[in-house]
Parts: sequence; C-alpha cells; structure tokens
Amino acid sequence: MAEEKAILSVGIDIGTSTTQLVFSRLSMENTSGYFTVPRISIVDKEVVYRSAIHTTPLRTRTLIDGEAVRRIVEAEFEKAGFTPADTGTGAVIITGESARKENAALVLRELSGFAGEFVVSTAGPDLEAIIAGKGSGAWQYSQEMSCTAVNLDIGGGTTNLVMFDCGRVAAKGCLDIGGRLVRLEKDLTVTYLSPAAGLVAQSLGLPLREGERTSLEELRGLCRGMAQVLEECLGLWEAGPLLERLQTPGSSLFRPPKAIQAVFFSGGVADSVYQPPQGGDPIPYGDIGALLGEAIREGRLCSAFRLQRGKETIRATVVGAGSYATSLSGSTIDCPGELFPLKNVPVLKLSPEEQEAAFRGEAAPMAERIRWFLGQSDSPRLVIAMEGEKNPSYPRVKALASALAAAAEEALPPGEPLLAVVREDMAKALGQAARPLLASGRAAAFLDGIQAEQNDYMDMGRPLMDGLVVPVVVKTLIFG
Amino acid sequence: MLDQRTIDAMAEEIIRRMEGERRPSGTPAPSQRPHREDGAGAAPPPGGQPPSRGTPPPGELEDIASREQRAIPTLREPEDYDALIRMKGKTSARIGVGRCGPRLLTKTLLTLRADHAMARDAVFTDVDPAFLERNGLFSVQTRCADKNTHITRPDLGRQLSDEGVKTILERCKKGVQAQIIVSDGLSSKAIEANAQDALPAIQEGLRQRGISVGTPFFVRFGRVAVEDQVAELLDAEVVCILIGERPGLATAESMSAYLCYRARVGQPEARRTVVSNIHSGGISAVEAGAYIAELIQKILAAKASGVELQK
Repeated sequence: MAEEKAILSVGIDIGTSTTQLVFSRLSMENTSGYFTVPRISIVDKEVVYRSAIHTTPLRTRTLIDGEAVRRIVEAEFEKAGFTPADTGTGAVIITGESARKENAALVLRELSGFAGEFVVSTAGPDLEAIIAGKGSGAWQYSQEMSCTAVNLDIGGGTTNLVMFDCGRVAAKGCLDIGGRLVRLEKDLTVTYLSPAAGLVAQSLGLPLREGERTSLEELRGLCRGMAQVLEECLGLWEAGPLLERLQTPGSSLFRPPKAIQAVFFSGGVADSVYQPPQGGDPIPYGDIGALLGEAIREGRLCSAFRLQRGKETIRATVVGAGSYATSLSGSTIDCPGELFPLKNVPVLKLSPEEQEAAFRGEAAPMAERIRWFLGQSDSPRLVIAMEGEKNPSYPRVKALASALAAAAEEALPPGEPLLAVVREDMAKALGQAARPLLASGRAAAFLDGIQAEQNDYMDMGRPLMDGLVVPVVVKTLIFG
Repeated sequence: MLDQRTIDAMAEEIIRRMEGERRPSGTPAPSQRPHREDGAGAAPPPGGQPPSRGTPPPGELEDIASREQRAIPTLREPEDYDALIRMKGKTSARIGVGRCGPRLLTKTLLTLRADHAMARDAVFTDVDPAFLERNGLFSVQTRCADKNTHITRPDLGRQLSDEGVKTILERCKKGVQAQIIVSDGLSSKAIEANAQDALPAIQEGLRQRGISVGTPFFVRFGRVAVEDQVAELLDAEVVCILIGERPGLATAESMSAYLCYRARVGQPEARRTVVSNIHSGGISAVEAGAYIAELIQKILAAKASGVELQK
C-alpha cells in the first residue's frame, strides 16, 4: 500500500579482541496508510553481509594499528561488493579496552570518514551495552514479552550490562570483566594479566603473576570470583568491595530498578556460557574466556533467571551497530533539507522545570543555559532537547516557540542554526510557530520522536522519504 | 428480555450498593491489588501509587470511565501484574478485566455503559455557543432542523439551509485559496476538544505560506460533503472541513479533516484527502493543524486532492 525504501547500513565494531563488520538493509515504510498523518518507520532490518571475525590489530599494548584496521574494513567492503558511497547510514563503534587505547578517537574518526558520509562514530560503555542488547535480541524480547530482560555482553575486556523493561532501557553499566583479561601460553604461563584481573586475584588470595606458571584450579577460582561479581551486579548477592572497583571508568552504575525476569548473554564469551566448548580444551583461545563461560554457566546467573539465547552472540554488538544505531525522527517535523547532515552536535537537555518555564514563554533561563553550555563545550552549536507535551494547547506551543526563538537569538552565535528535538509529537507545530520569530538568516530544525539526554551527541542525516523523516543517531563519545 | 428501565434500575441499585461499601479514601479497593495469599514472588503493588483520580473523597463516586480507572486491571490474581499493566498500556481494548463465571464483572459492564453514554452524549449535545464565540466562528445550519433529522437524514446534512447560504455569501470572501469550516458532524465533543488548537495552527501555517484564507465558520448539523456546497458558493480553491467523527467506545473526541481541491456537489468521495484520528490519544490537534497547512499547500501545488494526489 505504501511506498517502501531501503538504505544500506554498515556496522563496524572494533572490540578488545575482535574487529567485525556487518551490512544491514533497513527498509522504511509509511505505516499509517493514506487516511491519517504519515508515520514512517523502519519496518525491516536484514543483515545482508557478515564479515569474518578478525583479531583487532594492535601496534603496541596502548596503540591500535589504525592502518591494519582500515585494511580489514576495505577488504570486507570489497568482499561484500559494496563501496563506501553505497552506505546510507551506519556506525563505527569502538568498544571494551580498545576504547582506552591512546589513538582510539583518531582511529574511529578516520574510519567513520572512510565508511560513508553518514557513518557515525560512537564510543562509551553505556551506549555499547545498549547496542549489544539490541543486537542480541534482548531488547525485542523484552518488548514482545512485556517483561524485563538483562543482556550481558561479555567480551575480551569488559562486560556491558543493560536491562530493558518492555523495550525501554531501565539500567545500564559496564564492568571490567572479560575473557582476555588473562592470557596464557599452552603450558599455563601467564603472558598478560590485566589490572582488573589482578584485583580479583588479589582479593581471592590467588598468586597470579605475569611470566609465571599457574594452574587450572587457580584460573577456575579467578573465574568463579568474576562470575560472582556479575551475580552481585544483578542483585543475587550483597554487593562486595570488588563490584565497585571493577566498574569501568565512564560507565553508569548498573542498578536494576525492578525484578529481572530474563537474561541473555552475548559477546565472545557467550557461546561458552550456553555450552561447553567442543574438544574439551579448557583454554582453546589462550585466555580465560572458556573458563569464565563455565563459571557463569555453573553459577547462579543461569538458574536464578529465565535463561534465553538471542539471535546473535559474538556478533551482537556489530549487528546492533549496523541495525539499531540509526533511528528515524517523527514524520511531522519542520526541517529544511539543506541544513543536514550535521554530525557530533552536543545535546543540551532541558529539565522538566526548565521545560515548564519555557512553556510559559520564559526565554532568559534557557538563554543562560545555552550560553553556559557553549562556554563549556568546544562545539559552536548545540541541540536543545526536551520531552515536550503529549497534547499541548496552541497557546502553549506559541509560548514555547517564542521562548526558544528568543533564547536562540540571544545566546546562539549569529549564523548557527537553532536545533530543537522533542520526544512527543509536536515538532511541526513548534517549528511553524518559532520560525517567523527568528532573525532572517538563522536556519532552524525541529524534530520529534527523539529521546536524547544530557551529554549525548546527535548526528542528523539528510531527510528521507520526500523530506518526511530525518535519520538520527543519538550517541555518546566517551573514551576510557 | 430486560427493558431499558429495568436495566437502569439495576444499575442504580448496584451503584448505591457500591457506594455503601466504599472504603475510607486512600485504601485501594481489593480489585486494585493483586491477590496473592502466599506473598512469595508477588509483584509489588501496582504502579507504586494509587491513581490520582481513582479514589475520590468519601461520598463521591469515582469516574469509572476515566483513564486512571481504566488502567487498573480488575482481573484477580494475574500471573504477572506488571506485565498486565504494560499490556493494558498498549491497547485501548478492555483486556485484563476478568470475569464472573461466563459474564462480565459489574464494573466492566458499567464502564461499557458509561463509555456508551459518553458516545451518545457526544452525538446528541450541541457545540457550546460560547465555544464558537471564543474561536470567532459564526454559525450556519444545514437543512436539518433538529438533531433527530441530522441523525436520520444524512442527505439533508450535506445541504445548507437557505438562511445559511445567505449568511455565508454575506460574510465570507469569495475566490480564496483555502476555506476552512468547522462542523459538529457526529461528535460535538470532538470539536470542543480539538478545534480551538487545530484551527489557529492551520491559519498560521497558511498565513506563513502566503495562502489566502477565507473567514472560517461553523456548520451546525453538518456532514462532510457540505464542504462541497461551501466550496461552490465561495469559489474556494481548497476547502477543508474539521468535523467530529462518529464516536466509538474508545474515544468520543476524534476529529477529522477532509480536504478537497475544487470540490463540486455530487463529486466522488475519492477526491477527498483525509487526516483522521485527531484527538488526545491520536495525533495532537496543534500538530495536525501544522500538518494540514502543509497539506493544503501541497494540494494547491498539485491542483489535486484525494486519490488524484496520491498518484
């Protein structure tokens, strides 16, 4: 009944231990029919190409080999039969310990530039958790089953946790627990012991040291200790001192607001959580990944909750980046196409009180916040985000529009656009009311259906479907 | 078969009894909390707090048709109370209501009747004259002399009275690009709930686009196709009628806009473009207004509406 359009999305994940790439086809459609206002949504997400799983190339312990990463990506583009010009959207995500390498930001920036015009770069443990949870299928499950579901994405360096409640993010966080925190020779000589693993070993009184031989017993004990920290994190034990010390810098504290019903595992360690590795080798990858999976499998995480297996395990993050990073704005918006694409615009979120003041038409407090925000950030522009109102009256929309316009004129540098996003469906009315109040020459865009928070960044692509919607990525850019 | 009077008497008796049983305010009725004798694994109390409009002061009846009351499941001992609440949040259908033997619970039945009563009210009441005055709308009438004729004779609801024609010709500009009219249709409540926010949003949007707009007015006892006669009378390029939709049991306040390019009396319905579901639970009135203004511009540019516009 309605016209359908698809865009190609690329997802690239540079993790602690692996680098992967997927291509997804996102199909858009007007789902509301002809008899009411249009509502464009992404109706299908199909992964059309999965790359091999590559080892993340490192130049030194603290530097990613950017050249080698780029060669991997180029080769996979070629194998898939796509060129960067084909990609309409996508995300490059740098995760786990890789995000803490000295040149992480640089590698990320170069790669997103190479992979396509509107391919965004993201980093940050919280966002990574959400992306993995969407890629694994935990998000969809919680939505479809109307329940709470936790996804634990256990990679080489970190475990990203997210809790969904009916498809809404209820808690997120990250712990320094992963399968490659200890690396070993065949004869069980420890070649690498991460600081986090050292902490766990120390608290358990295990004499693990780099360069020295250890035993399977010691390693099992270490992994049980790590599994217990995860169990504490999900509320199965009283929180011990390790839980706090293993929290990844820059991540939120994972605190479930209500009872957890289902758990999903993803990431490289997930497969050995769901079943013992074939062949019976306890250290098949020269690290503790399989042992950690075993400790989790035998621990309480798998018995206390409904254990679910998602569509994706080791590829959850990259599939999430390729298929779920991009969302669409509402379909009744007010935006001129020539303003976009815009990348890396920081978000200023109005609190409920500030929003209410704006709805009363007060411009001064907002202008003050804008000035302060721009002073703090190195970006000359910003997005003003707010929740909005479900069914606002015309006078209230007018008042809000006048406050926005006046604050923008007062506090934004000349020539910088007024960018406003609201969660509730009201952007077209807001834009219509605000536009005439702006000085000539000031561009403006008003989008709705978007939830963005303070400290987020937004990328906005060119309008799609005859200008009805704008593809949007709300993201974080926090490097460890 | 029970006649209407018996049913009414029964309902009154039940309401009286329910009122007699009322608990002190603040204590939720038993039906509002999950029954779990053992307590183990029981969900926490619903939503954390009692619904704001759900527990009125003693002596007052709760509004069983209110959004807050509807959100409370009356199903006893649900397996997962929170999940039921979430499911109810996704639909306006009456799920999670429980049953008594093969029948509805009294409360469910009364809510149905209350919703039905509101739907009837929406049809049978008139748009408040003060509302029309506030919004600067003068009023004309169709050939329907009263509500009953309006309901039973849709054909007459499509024709303006002679008096109405005269008034319109006197008070409205001819040859405008867009003429907007407001009409009760089958729900006066829909107009009172939405027109005052939609109308200024449309007018402002048209003004900004430099589209000439005629004087809007109200048509009492109107049907959609009355816009065709208005368009002919005023030689309006695009006509747009904001009209109350036939109420249902989910909402009685749904308004639609029917737009038509160069409307002619007797034209096929396929020539109309419609924006439906304008109400607090659908698209908000202001947002719809801004969208309609843009739609009018599109129709003017394409010189077509309805199916023709979609080609």
